[in-house]
Amino acid sequence: MVRVGSFIFSLFFLFQVASAQTFVQGKALADASLKEKAVWMEKLASDDSEEATRILQYWLDGILVYWPQENRLVRGIKEGRRYQLQDLMTEEALGAVSSREIDRVKTNNSLRSALKQVLGSRQLGSSDRNVRLSAIAELKRRPDYKVLPLLKKREASEQDDQVARQLSELIGLVLLESAEANDQMEGLRRISGGLSPEVKDSLSRFLLNPNLDPGVVEVAQRELDAITRSLMYWGIGQDLFFGLSLGSVLLLAAIGLAITFGVMGVINMAHGEFIMLGAYTTFVIQQWIPATSMWSLLISIPTAFVVSGTAGIILERLVIRHLYGRPLETLLATFGVSLILQQLVRTVFGPLNQSVVTPDLLSGALDINAAFSVTYNRLFVIAFALCVLVTLWGVMQRTPFGVRVRAVTMNRGMASSMGVQTQRVDALSQLTNVGPNLGQSYIVDSFMVVVFGGVGNLFGTVFAALSLGVANKMLEPLSGAVLAKILILVFIILFIQKRPRGLFALKGRAAED
Amino acid sequence: MQTRSWKRTLQSTIFASAVGLSISLAHAADTIKVGVLHSLSGTMAISETTLKDTVLMMVEQQNKKGGLLGKKLEAVVVDPASNWPLFAEKTRELLEKEKVDVIFGCWTSVSRKSVLPVIEELNGLMFYPVQYEGEESSKNVFYTGAAPNQQAIPAVNYLIDELGVERFVLAGTDYVYPRTTNKILENYLKNLGIGASDIMINYTPFGHSDWQTIVSDIKAFGSAGKKTAVVSTINGDANVPFYKELGNQGMSAEDIPVIAFSVGEEELSGFDTGPLVGHLAAWNYFMSAEAEVNDKFIEAWHSFTGDTARVTNDPMEATYIGFEMWAKAVEKAGTTEVDKVRPALYGTAVPNLTGGTAVMHTNHHLQKPVLIGEILEDGQFEIVSATPGEVIGDAWTDYLPDSAKIIADWTAPVNCGNYNIETQQCSGQNF
Repeated sequence: MVRVGSFIFSLFFLFQVASAQTFVQGKALADASLKEKAVWMEKLASDDSEEATRILQYWLDGILVYWPQENRLVRGIKEGRRYQLQDLMTEEALGAVSSREIDRVKTNNSLRSALKQVLGSRQLGSSDRNVRLSAIAELKRRPDYKVLPLLKKREASEQDDQVARQLSELIGLVLLESAEANDQMEGLRRISGGLSPEVKDSLSRFLLNPNLDPGVVEVAQRELDAITRSLMYWGIGQDLFFGLSLGSVLLLAAIGLAITFGVMGVINMAHGEFIMLGAYTTFVIQQWIPATSMWSLLISIPTAFVVSGTAGIILERLVIRHLYGRPLETLLATFGVSLILQQLVRTVFGPLNQSVVTPDLLSGALDINAAFSVTYNRLFVIAFALCVLVTLWGVMQRTPFGVRVRAVTMNRGMASSMGVQTQRVDALSQLTNVGPNLGQSYIVDSFMVVVFGGVGNLFGTVFAALSLGVANKMLEPLSGAVLAKILILVFIILFIQKRPRGLFALKGRAAED
Repeated sequence: MQTRSWKRTLQSTIFASAVGLSISLAHAADTIKVGVLHSLSGTMAISETTLKDTVLMMVEQQNKKGGLLGKKLEAVVVDPASNWPLFAEKTRELLEKEKVDVIFGCWTSVSRKSVLPVIEELNGLMFYPVQYEGEESSKNVFYTGAAPNQQAIPAVNYLIDELGVERFVLAGTDYVYPRTTNKILENYLKNLGIGASDIMINYTPFGHSDWQTIVSDIKAFGSAGKKTAVVSTINGDANVPFYKELGNQGMSAEDIPVIAFSVGEEELSGFDTGPLVGHLAAWNYFMSAEAEVNDKFIEAWHSFTGDTARVTNDPMEATYIGFEMWAKAVEKAGTTEVDKVRPALYGTAVPNLTGGTAVMHTNHHLQKPVLIGEILEDGQFEIVSATPGEVIGDAWTDYLPDSAKIIADWTAPVNCGNYNIETQQCSGQNF
């Protein structure tokens, strides 16, 4: 109706404006209430022209705006406090205006998910398999019986194995919406073995239906039980991975402390603040180099190393050196330093958190199956912890420098900078926001790891970090995060009573201090 | 996404402290003193520094208009350093040594509870600008933030009515505000007929950073055939890794929306909001509210801080309303004497920044609109729902059996912050 009505209108303008819009109710759409917008969306959904698709897509992306001056819909991309306008179809630039001069076509959650559904069914025929996959994923969220014929048609022509599998599962979910027992059985057959939340969700909802055939119910219940069971096993695997990644973070935070505290007997309360300095270094570097590129990270790692290392050497020269052999004074002095560093950072960078952006390469997750996926940044942390560990071990075992450190001879300055070296590296791998209080959250955990693992023992530290990480993550679903932390602390206190020197006590000087 | 240049922050810090300094230098013999009790260091500095700047801006604006009662205003800024007992000491210092006429301050409930005995003993006057758990009404404190019925309850109603949510995760940081709010919500939901098996409650420590298991638990809880939503009372720094993990694990707002009570524009300015589009927040004010008075306020804020990237948020609006009300009441009473200003405040109406009018009630709470916003790509909120009229703040919630029979009214004949309508008695204990 919309198109027919405006057909003559657009013909009329064809000679003046090359890209005359056929959809002329832009103002009505922008002014509509969210409920009325749903009606507009239905209308647009029944129109399969390129223009309607674009309108729906830009609407979903939040860049569809109504431009009263020319009485039409355009693409409006926000830049600073102004909007860059572009023609809907030709994407020709139309100049920049302030937000006051345009009306954005708003959305909310329900509209957004309906839009995704409509666009999903349009994108099923895309030539890009990733687009097809994401369209299928979108349709799975709300299986709709109406799209069944379309899906069946697609299935017949689908070449890609993975897409075909996903499509079959989607058809299974859609068939569950049918009232026919045969269709339902066919649906159950198709989704059998699926582990995604959508399958479990649809199946649970399916079983709530009171008008089911008893035979169907039996099969469905069996499927659901099987899914629940395998989800539980995968859940344990997932918890293990979470624990491993938490353990790696703990390891990176504690390894520096293990050296300064363990090998040299220096209790450095400012350890956490060195982590913070490293994190802020990354932040500063991201102001200069596009944060989403991997380069910013690759440059940050050595720079943060130098910054924290220098801070470590300065601390050693100015404070720790003069207090050698007086552990209590060292503790108090370094605690003072930590407060000074916190306030310094707060004064320079402001009290607000600053955002450190994860490079694109490290965002997202690797899906092993629907129930088990590992996020790239966690994977990176684990790999990075491993690298640091191997390097450190190599240095400690194979170089004269390492031998000197191990022998805990006179050169504590170098040893300190050595310890500091590892401290800041972990800050980078955290890849989250940085704030002035960042350091504090690490210090307690780090001490816990060092004490548990045995003073002055690298492998004790590794073992302690990983086992504490895994234990924490396994306990969390059972007892809640707060109780899990308490339980771990209580365990360590009891453990220390039994074995005051930790898990792997070193025989020799360092442990005796 | 807005990443503020640290240089600008530095500039604005210097500028703000210079303004503070010049105000104290301009100390004439006869001024009206305005105490500012916000943490400028420690954990809460992240949120409270902004409110200190807001009060300084309001003082500057009032002085440009000629001050109050023919006198200039003078801001007295102290730093309680996120240290709760220190809040009480600094209050004493402000009231006894500096002899301030009014205090604007506090953020966390625990700091407010620490101030209460002192301010009641010395009969001071404080405006508290943050949304909180209610269950309190002190003679000497005016609460310009939201009570639970002005934030939590309408938010849950929105989830049920508009999004069809049937299953709830109540996730919070482990301290008094989330615990009380979740207790109220749990009772409210159960009254609506939602079963205990459809409510999951989860608490995490302050600054919790590893959210992997909790987010995957929420995901599992949400795949049981019923529409699920998370009601988040997670506070402070822990929000950043929480939202990051939501993005990492691909939990989008269409699957399981998260509605937050402590995440506003300021908190979002710290991170990449791309994956968070569609998640919600409930407040009485959003920076994106379209009103002339809001535009003016934002403009004034930008020129005061010298940074056009600075955002405004709900506690700033509450500070603004509190300050305007106090100024109006002082002019009405003709004095800054607490016992005269307090009654003058009742019924005082000032325009709020979203285009309506805020009125102070005799239970020391405001009448304000409740807005629900969805997070946009640029860290702002799209207002998707607003209560039809303004909601009157309820000091004592109606959804806990013990509180339902208690009211607060600081005018005769009740004259009490916790009056039991069954026994017709006033316990007199407010904290």
